[in-house]
Amino acid sequence: MLKIIPERLRQGHRTGPYPKKDPVLPERFQGLPVLDPALCREGCRSCVQACPYDAITVDAGTPALDLGKCTFCGGCAAACEDGAVTFTRDWRLASRTREGLVVRPGERPRVEALDRRLKKMFGRSLKLRQVSAGGCNACEADLNVLSTLVFDLGRFGIQFVASPRHADGIVVTGPVTAHMQSALLDTWAAMPQPRLVIASGACAIGGGPFRGSPETNSGVGDLLPVDLYIPGCPPHPYTVLDGLLGMLDRLPAQRRRSAD
Amino acid sequence: MTGHDVDRVVVRNGGCVPLASLPPVPWSVFADAMLGDVAAGARVAAYFGTPVPAPFAPDAMLDLFAVLARDDLGELRLLRTRVGERFPSLASRCPQVQMFEREIGEQYGVVAEGHPWFKPVRGHRSWRDGADAWGRNPDVPLVPGEIDYYRVEGDEVHEVAVGPVHAGIIEPGHFRFQCHGETVLHLEIALGYQHRGVERMMTGSDADGTRARQLVETVAGDTTIGHATAHALVREALAGVAAPARAAALRSVALELERLANHVGDIGGLATDVGFLPTSAFCGRIRGDYLNVTAELCGNRFGRGMVRPGGVGFDAEPAVRERILKRMAAIDRDTRGAIRLFFGTPSVLARLEGTGVLTPATARELGLVGVAARACGLAMDTRAQHPPRGEAIGVDQIAVAPDGDVHARGRVRQREIESSLARVKETLAGLPAGTIHTPLPAAAAGSLAVALVEGWRGEIVHVAVTDAGGDIARYKIVDPSFHNWSGLAMALRGEQISDFPLINKSFNLSYCGFDL
Repeated sequence: MLKIIPERLRQGHRTGPYPKKDPVLPERFQGLPVLDPALCREGCRSCVQACPYDAITVDAGTPALDLGKCTFCGGCAAACEDGAVTFTRDWRLASRTREGLVVRPGERPRVEALDRRLKKMFGRSLKLRQVSAGGCNACEADLNVLSTLVFDLGRFGIQFVASPRHADGIVVTGPVTAHMQSALLDTWAAMPQPRLVIASGACAIGGGPFRGSPETNSGVGDLLPVDLYIPGCPPHPYTVLDGLLGMLDRLPAQRRRSAD
Repeated sequence: MTGHDVDRVVVRNGGCVPLASLPPVPWSVFADAMLGDVAAGARVAAYFGTPVPAPFAPDAMLDLFAVLARDDLGELRLLRTRVGERFPSLASRCPQVQMFEREIGEQYGVVAEGHPWFKPVRGHRSWRDGADAWGRNPDVPLVPGEIDYYRVEGDEVHEVAVGPVHAGIIEPGHFRFQCHGETVLHLEIALGYQHRGVERMMTGSDADGTRARQLVETVAGDTTIGHATAHALVREALAGVAAPARAAALRSVALELERLANHVGDIGGLATDVGFLPTSAFCGRIRGDYLNVTAELCGNRFGRGMVRPGGVGFDAEPAVRERILKRMAAIDRDTRGAIRLFFGTPSVLARLEGTGVLTPATARELGLVGVAARACGLAMDTRAQHPPRGEAIGVDQIAVAPDGDVHARGRVRQREIESSLARVKETLAGLPAGTIHTPLPAAAAGSLAVALVEGWRGEIVHVAVTDAGGDIARYKIVDPSFHNWSGLAMALRGEQISDFPLINKSFNLSYCGFDL
């Protein structure tokens, strides 16, 4: 006991100031992409060719990047000699709709708040059940980290629970392997309604690197109605937190405006 | 054949041989060599099949390849034989091949005759159309986890089934305990829920391909650097070039950061499971600090994109290096404080000591690797015994603890944390000058390349076999968890079922790394 107290004092208070203050992400962090068609060379498709997942397309000279297929490898930005594709350090990537993940010049994904009824139910207390369905344990690890004292998910009334019976929503990671499909659907069926579905990570949204594997689905979207998509490989904990808080309408007004 | 010595093909880690120099030997020669070498102290690092002629024709023969690691000599002996629909099982004489034989049986629909425990491994269909080692109806869907479990019968004996979905943010797996009261008589672990088909997707893949790189990075996402490094070494071996010295040093930094993050997280996990909250809270946070250092290096907390065939994707320029070293100094202090507190608390030690004991004999027999093996007193570490290039640590630096219990597995991690901290600082301080990437020439055709990396859980093995055009015909991945899940099952025998979470955490094995 006497040894614990000084160590406790030395380790100090470490909960981050988010969401009052913006987090500082590493310089090399690859977040929200910015597309500038003015810099595109006519007929150039080097960014399209660089992506193995067809995440980036160029239609009539206008590029579009689907964050649901993107693994944020930066390959398209590296392939573009003209700087028309760049990745910023902006961690706010989540969307309530699948279509909202497609970034076009001057656009960004945004998280609409739940409707009034659901916000009243879940806004101050959201219990989530996580199911890993072929996740590589990176998405899982960075969801686990939300419960550490740095992010301290509990202070927002959000908690990961053990039983689907206690859950208001399910957080799915992984492309949904054939072998996990029935267990995932059983878990979903065991949850009381209304219930939310959150697809976290490139695999759960679009299959990630496993897109097209005969052993997996290409994400949870074909099996369950998704309420929140959180891109990333894996999503940064702040990306997850931003998506969850945005959905619950818990972000400070100033933050919501700055995202516009 | 003039004698067995003619058949002896030996490479070092990162070696590549033309398949022509490794012709199939008769089964008896193959089996004698395998059993003889294992008796002399070798480990079966990899054992897998590849169909001839490729690919996957229904009437194909099967070439079996084995990689036998001699840790004392730093050598990898390669063996090859050719079999048909059945091959004799060696598992009862050499238990460490039991899972490999089941895997070969499942993947190619061949039978390991006389296998004492011949069951599916991951629950997928065979890769050869129509072939099934268990003669199952192809029209009836396979249900994962539905296998004949070993059962103990008797008054007051009961069975506990857990999973695949567990009570937490954990990967799926199914555990079947045979219990008498609180005491576990036997535990059987059924996996395969995370099976994504990685090995098959690697067939025909490009060295420079983003997808191949990301497939290996996500074999086990917490071991991104370990698997990516093994993949890069295999590609470099096939191309006949080595990554530049600066890239090798940066890979080593990233690998040790990965070890630090996970080992610190595991000690935090042990603290959580024994209810020692200070270290639980400290380590949960400190683990993230190490991930953030990795993100300073390459932008991603798990090291995605850092290791690439031919070198690394990101350099540590002086400014980056300074920033990392400065951060490391603070994290170093926090790490040591949190761990010292943990191992200095008698009530904690009382929970760790004598819990989940494995004997060295069992560990050797099962072919355990990594932390789990070293905690049974077995001095094995790829970094010391099979270093890929010039980066060796001394054999005397292998962190060994003798007792084989949860405490020993924790102590091995503690020592490795200390040595990894020093290694990161030294390597960064003495970073060789030069480039960080070299382009790879075309891969050698008709060849086999093998690479070993000491990931944080233990030895990672990648083997690639190329066809006549130099394309990948077979890509074999052995995650340390492939060996070590059997160790967890054995460690549970005679323990209380309530100690399962603690013992499980002390191994902390990968589901997706096993399931591939």
